[in-house]
Amino acid sequence: MTTKKMAIIATKGTLDMAYPPFILASTAAALGYDVQIFFTFYGLQLLRKDLSNVMISPLANPAMPMPIPMPVMVQMLPGMESMATMMMKQKLKKHGVASLTELRDLCLEADVKFVACQMTVDLFEFDKSEFIPDVEYAGAAAFFGFAGETDICLFV
Amino acid sequence: MNFNKEFDASGMSCPLPIVKTKKALVDMESGQVLKVIATDCGAVKDMQAFADQTGNTLLSNTEEGGKYVFFMQKK
Repeated sequence: MTTKKMAIIATKGTLDMAYPPFILASTAAALGYDVQIFFTFYGLQLLRKDLSNVMISPLANPAMPMPIPMPVMVQMLPGMESMATMMMKQKLKKHGVASLTELRDLCLEADVKFVACQMTVDLFEFDKSEFIPDVEYAGAAAFFGFAGETDICLFV
Repeated sequence: MNFNKEFDASGMSCPLPIVKTKKALVDMESGQVLKVIATDCGAVKDMQAFADQTGNTLLSNTEEGGKYVFFMQKK
């Protein structure tokens, strides 16, 4: 049996959108897939050593279940983002969902390869020393070298 | 059922029961049996799917007092 492969492009840096790439990558790796995640644009935030600043906003997010209906005028008040993030993290913990850091560590342990888009690293002037050391830096062509041979390729 | 190792995934949600079952199997030998306990009802389908895709054998799959118990034999 040849090894199956999966590639994921992670483009979002919010708490809700940070989960799918790491959940899918860790699971695929557990199933024996060879997995690579290409982090670009805001997805690069998920490579920071410290993920505590990955947040979720109730603003422009009408699908987010809230304990009480909250008008947009209230959602935009200072501190609402931190509050929503705190509530979401409590909910995740209560339901036994792993933290982002834990899931990311599980990915690394299972040899999921992390590739950061060099162009967007430069564009946003990210300091590579703020990223975890397990990252390779490359461009779109390098991504296709792997993605072209995958069984599953997802854009998140 | 006899087993060689036990992994308790109680309280864990997807994908932890699967990812950590895989980890628990790593240092076991072919033919040995891992007992997994989970409370996530999604694990029932996932554990079978894990077995189907990895070649390990799911020997049994039962529910005991709100917990799901699996016996997985390593390939």
